[in-house]
Amino acid sequence: MSISAPKSGESSVTRFLARMDWRSNVIYVAFILVFILFAITLGDSGFLSTNNLLNIVRQTATISVMAVAMTFVIANAEIDLSVGSVAGLASVITAITVTNFGLIPGVLAGLASGAAIGAVNGALVAWLRVPSFLVTLGMLGLAAGLAQWITGSAPQPITDSTYVQIFGGGNLGPIPGLLVWTALAVATGWVVMNRTSYGRRVLATGGNPTAAAYTGIRTARIKFSVLLTSGIVAALAGMLYAGRLESGRFQWGQGDELTVIAAVILGGTSLFGGRGAIIGTLFGSLFMGLVNNGLILAGLDVAQQQVIRGAIIIAAVALSRKK
Amino acid sequence: MTQHAATSQPVPTVRMRNVVKSFGPVQVLKSVDLDIYAGEVHALAGENGAGKSTLMKILQGVYPITSGSIEVDGHETIIRSANDAEDAGIGMVFQEFSLIPSMTVAQNISLNRERRSRLGLIDDRAAILEATRIFDDLGVSLDPKSNVGGLGTAYWQLVEIAKALSRNAKVLVMDEPTASLARHEVENLFSLIERLKARGIAIVYISHRMDEIRRIADRITVLRDGRVVLSDVLGDLTPPQIIEAIIGRRLASDLVYRDRGHDADAPIVLSATGIASEHVLESVDMTVRAGEIVGLAGLMGSGRTEFARVLYGMDKATRGELRIDGEVVTFSNPRAAQRAGMALIPEDRREQGLVLDHSVSDNLVLPVIDTLRVGPLVSPKKARGLTQQLIREYSVKADDPNAPIRLLSGGNQQKVVVAKWINRAPRVLVMDEPTAGVDIGTKTEILELVREYATAGNSVVFISSELPELLAVSDRIVILRAGRTYREIKRAEVESEEQLQLIIQGVAA
Repeated sequence: MSISAPKSGESSVTRFLARMDWRSNVIYVAFILVFILFAITLGDSGFLSTNNLLNIVRQTATISVMAVAMTFVIANAEIDLSVGSVAGLASVITAITVTNFGLIPGVLAGLASGAAIGAVNGALVAWLRVPSFLVTLGMLGLAAGLAQWITGSAPQPITDSTYVQIFGGGNLGPIPGLLVWTALAVATGWVVMNRTSYGRRVLATGGNPTAAAYTGIRTARIKFSVLLTSGIVAALAGMLYAGRLESGRFQWGQGDELTVIAAVILGGTSLFGGRGAIIGTLFGSLFMGLVNNGLILAGLDVAQQQVIRGAIIIAAVALSRKK
Repeated sequence: MTQHAATSQPVPTVRMRNVVKSFGPVQVLKSVDLDIYAGEVHALAGENGAGKSTLMKILQGVYPITSGSIEVDGHETIIRSANDAEDAGIGMVFQEFSLIPSMTVAQNISLNRERRSRLGLIDDRAAILEATRIFDDLGVSLDPKSNVGGLGTAYWQLVEIAKALSRNAKVLVMDEPTASLARHEVENLFSLIERLKARGIAIVYISHRMDEIRRIADRITVLRDGRVVLSDVLGDLTPPQIIEAIIGRRLASDLVYRDRGHDADAPIVLSATGIASEHVLESVDMTVRAGEIVGLAGLMGSGRTEFARVLYGMDKATRGELRIDGEVVTFSNPRAAQRAGMALIPEDRREQGLVLDHSVSDNLVLPVIDTLRVGPLVSPKKARGLTQQLIREYSVKADDPNAPIRLLSGGNQQKVVVAKWINRAPRVLVMDEPTAGVDIGTKTEILELVREYATAGNSVVFISSELPELLAVSDRIVILRAGRTYREIKRAEVESEEQLQLIIQGVAA
């Protein structure tokens, strides 16, 4: 957005506010406000320490990664409710395979599990025209049950230190590995969404499927591909859980789908498709992490945290609807 | 192109031969021939359901052809998809616009064939340059970086035309291109069409409006019941000949005003004085008497639709007074207006008048659903009875009343809209462009329904931009201009359509 040189302070501010696209920017305003609020009230509890801030990034990495793929799904006017369960399933499959067959087979098996589920989701939605809400809701239960079943509900420890180093446990110099993963996901997502024809086709299909089809876009294929990718990326997130927590567990990722979707919507992506804001998504998920962290530091118990988190999400989404 | 072609008949850009299209056992097109030459405007006319859309959808690769052939520049071409049509140089400017509202003009134009930089990434600047070049060529000023969602319909159309041209279209199919344009926008479109012609582009112009066809087209092909019944140079034809070809029977006097013997001193049912609204309306005055049809005329943007919305409680009047039977009323919402005896048949039936995925029956009974109850539940028997009665009375062509209404033709959908509101028996029925996009046969039926309804003692406010039909039904005509009542004229005082047009345009007293 370009703003001409202000003639007087007041008019430029009013002009800026009038021109600002409220929906796509509300997340930055919310992020800054909440950050300042916590910095003032929780400064004594160590909120502003480097360690705590890096922790926020570390804890939200899995959410951020999944949210990037979810941005494509939602921009395409679909939804993927299965990401949390897929992460859990991938974490246990990776853990078991790494322990029994080694690092590379483990990584491949984890990604393959996500790809398989993503492909089933995508095929059902794209070619059988089953609403993605229903398909992925079913898949949410299926994947979670599968993960619990094959492990007999037991955690699967990972002792392979290379795996742990790469997938979330290690650092790249002074930078936490999870920060690198987040940056990688966001950068890739941003380029694909904004600078490739694939991204355009996703937005076009979400914005007006009929027009997209008449333009010669194979909309079914696009729908399939975003759900496939979402599955693979959710599996990657599960593998990051496994690395950070040095084990695979069916509980990893449980309930994440709602956090991920909230992050994407907060970030300015339209639930009705046609609009996808990757950077907004990143801040959306950082915002969710920020709130979690602040509420814990404030000493609220889990039940209270849930109530406040829910209220903040509703308020922020409601604000982002305002024109 | 060979020397031979220059001396004899030119090769048509598109030649469709013996085109047959069947849907199951139903033959929609029965051996249709159509030749489209470079640099001509070829009007395609016919009632709804005559096969125009089907024929064009075959050309566009939406429907596969059942039998017959398509030649492009003399070469037989198979068109099975939107991409095939694009490759063959066929572009479509859609009636229901088909752009991505969340994208910019340039992004829409280059969609799915974006230029890439060396890294394989999209080069948006090239897209903007291309769009600018096309708009410059066309003599149109439109910012390629603006968002399509924020543009008016006239600009959407321009973007669609530019999009087709950027794909090297040789043939542009325009389906009712003026349906949602204001008069000056129509002029712009026509001059654009002239420029396209000069560049050798062939235009297939689908329209129901005779005056436009006569003004812009070089040749005309008329379809009726899936066959070509007329294909000729336009200059040799008179309007009655064309209309006769379209409707297939002698033109009845349906579009002629019939004095229903309306009592000019009947009591005033609705009166509006000095109505103003937030946006367009400044000061509108109008009265409607019992049994009277008042035509509401004016240019696009004069406030006709906005006034209708105020009458129906959808928008608030910021000033002025509404009275029914002399009592002051204020409508805070449509329900309040309904209770006072108002009804509105909205301008856009697909958006506002029908639930498209619901059945014909559900749509018909919706406004009176409360009268069909037995206890707290809706009685399916009563609903069925009413549906059958309405379908019969209004001769709606629906094989299955339980099929979704979107499967009906536009004319039949509109009959359902009219039927469901008249059946509610409002005291004042407001109709906003009730015959837009409706074929001439259905149009005369709808006009007759309006006449009957008024003759029974009800009041009608009839909004239309088609003057012949306005003149055919109105007992009195109120002309709006820039949100104000500009003139009021008795039907008997209007001598001709031209005279009324001049008054509306504000160039005659």
